[in-house]
Amino acid sequence: MAIGTIEEKERSGLRLDKLGIIIAALAAYGAFLAPFATFKANRIVQGEAKAIWEALPTALGYGLLALVSLAAILAFVKSSVSVRVAAALATLVALCLLIGIAADSLTPPGSSYARVSPASGFWLLVFAFALLLADALTRLNPGPGVRVLLLVGILALLGAMLASGHWDGLSIMREYASRAASFRAEAGRHLTLALGSLAAAAAIGLPLGILCHRVDRLRAGVLGVLNAIQTIPSLALFGILIAPLGWIAAQVPGAAAIGIRGIGVAPAFVALFLYSLLPMVANTVVGLAGVPHAANDAARGLGMTDRQRLVAIEFPLAFPVILAGIRIVLVQNIGLATIAALIGGGGFGVFVFQGIGQTAMDLVLLGAVPTVVLAFVAAIVLDALVEATRGRGKVQ
Amino acid sequence: MPSLATLLRLAALLVLLAFFLQPAWFEPLLRPLVQANAPAIYDRGNLFWLTMLHLRTVFVATLAAALVAVSLAILVTREAGAEFLPLSRSLVNIGQTFPPVAVLALAVPIFGFGEKPTLIALFLYGLLPIFENALTGLTTLPPAVMEAARGAGMTERQRLFKIELPLALPVILTGIRLSVVISLATATIGSTVAARTLGEVIIAGLQSNNLAFVLQGGLIVAVLAVLIHDALQGLERALAGRAHV
Repeated sequence: MAIGTIEEKERSGLRLDKLGIIIAALAAYGAFLAPFATFKANRIVQGEAKAIWEALPTALGYGLLALVSLAAILAFVKSSVSVRVAAALATLVALCLLIGIAADSLTPPGSSYARVSPASGFWLLVFAFALLLADALTRLNPGPGVRVLLLVGILALLGAMLASGHWDGLSIMREYASRAASFRAEAGRHLTLALGSLAAAAAIGLPLGILCHRVDRLRAGVLGVLNAIQTIPSLALFGILIAPLGWIAAQVPGAAAIGIRGIGVAPAFVALFLYSLLPMVANTVVGLAGVPHAANDAARGLGMTDRQRLVAIEFPLAFPVILAGIRIVLVQNIGLATIAALIGGGGFGVFVFQGIGQTAMDLVLLGAVPTVVLAFVAAIVLDALVEATRGRGKVQ
Repeated sequence: MPSLATLLRLAALLVLLAFFLQPAWFEPLLRPLVQANAPAIYDRGNLFWLTMLHLRTVFVATLAAALVAVSLAILVTREAGAEFLPLSRSLVNIGQTFPPVAVLALAVPIFGFGEKPTLIALFLYGLLPIFENALTGLTTLPPAVMEAARGAGMTERQRLFKIELPLALPVILTGIRLSVVISLATATIGSTVAARTLGEVIIAGLQSNNLAFVLQGGLIVAVLAVLIHDALQGLERALAGRAHV
C-alpha cells in the first residue's frame, strides 16, 4: 500500500504543501473576514473596523486581494523555494505600502484627531506571509553572512518606509510624532541599559568564569548564588536594589555625582548586570570545559605557560560558547530593560506602561515594537556570529 | 539521613508557611525598611490568597503550554508532520526573542485587562522551552531501542506511548521546570495589567516607596521558585533513574 501512495503522488503533477494549507487558510481569513484597519474619530473612542475593500481605494483594494490570493495559491501548491520567497516578499512589501495608503485614505482631510491603526486582518496577513518567508528561508538554509545581509536589506526597507513619511498617517507614527524627542532619549537609555550591563557582565563574568573553571570548589558556590539571583522576579530585584543604591548615594562621597541614585538608571543597570552574570559565567565554564584535552596537552608540550595557553588555545576554542552566552544575555537584557521604566530607569518600557495606564494601545506599540525589533536583530546578528565562529573553528 | 540541602529547603518552606500564618512574627525584621508610619506587612490583601492566585495562574498557563507544546512536538516528529520540523525549530528560535513584557503588552488590546493577557503571555512564553525540550527528547532517542520496538511489531501508536514518550519524559519535564520557573517570575509583571498575582505586592511597594512590600513579594516568589524547581528536579531524577533500570 505504501508503494501505491508514492506512485500516486508522483503521478499527480499538483502536489499540496501542508504548511501552505495553513498559510492559505490564515491569509483567506485575514483578507476576507477580518478587518484590515481600524478607524477612530479620535484617540479615545471605540474604533470602526474596515475591511480591505473599505480601507483602500477600489483598484488598490482589489489588487491586494488578488495578490494575496495568488501568493496563497503559490504557498498552497508545492512551488519552488525561490518562488515562495518572492511571493512572500512581494506580499509583505505590498502590505507595508498599502497600510500607509489606507491611513491616508481613511483619515478625513485636515483632521489631526482621527486615528487609523492596522487591525487583526493586517497582522494575520503579515503573520501568514512572514511564516511562508521563514519556512522558505529555513529550507534554503542560508549561511550566516547571507542571513545578516538579508536582515540589513529588510531593515533598510523599513528605514526607507519610516524616512519617507509613508506611514506618518498611522496612529503609532502619530504617537511618535508627538514624542519624537523623548522617544530618542528613551531609545538611548534602553540601549545604554542593555549594552552597558552586558559590557559590565562580560568584564566581570569572563574572569569569574575562568576562575570557576580552574578552581573546582568555587564553581558550585558561584553558580549556585547566580542561579538563586535568577529566581528573584525582575520586578522585585529592580525594587530591592533601590535601597542599597540609595544608601550608597547618601553615604559615599562622590557616588551621587557619577549618577548613583536610589531610583532611576542605577538600580536597573545593577539588576540587569546581576541577571547577566549567570549566562556569562556558566557559558565560560562550559566553553572552557569543552576544550579538548589533546589541545591543552599539545600546548603544554610546546612549553606554553598557563596564561599563554588561556589566550592562545583555551579562549579561542571556547569562544563560540561564550558568544552564545553573550547572545542570551543581550536578548534577555533588551527585553528586561523595559521593566526599568517602573522604577524610573527609562527605556522603551516608559511608552509601554504609559500606554497601559492610558489604555492607549498605539502608545504600547510604540514601546513594544522597537523592543521586539531590537531583540530580534540582536538575536539574528549574534546567532550568525556564533555560527561563523563555530564554522571557522571546525575548518582549523 | 537527609542532606543539608534538603533540610535548608524544608526550613525555607516552614519559614514561608510561618509568614503566611503569623506575619506579625516577621514585623520586627521588616520594620527598619519602612518609614515610621507605613505598614511593614502587606495589608491590602491576604498574602496567602495572592500566592494561591499566583500559583493558579502559573499552573493553568504551564499546563496548557505543556499540552500544546508536547502535542506539537509529537506532531512534527511523526512522518505526516515532518515537513513542519525545520520551520518549527526556527519559530521557536524567533519566539524566544520576544520579551515577556512585549507579549503581555500586545495581548492587552486583544484580551483586555486582568488575568487573561497574563495567562496568554505566560502560555506563549512557556510553550517554547517545553517544545524545544520535547523535540530534543523525541529526536534523540537511542536508535537501537526504536529498532527493537519496530522489530517487536509495535504499531506507531504503541511505540509513541510505550517507548518514545516515557523515554523522553525526563527531558520534557526539564522543559516544564524551566517554563514554570520563568512563569513564576514573569507572572509578577502581569500585575501591571491588573492581574491578581504577587506582583501586586511589589508594585504597591514601588508606588508607595515601601521596600518591605517589595521584599516580601519578591522573596515569596523567589522561595516558591526555588522549592518548585527543586521538587521538579527531584521528580526528573526519580523518573530518569527508573528509565535506566
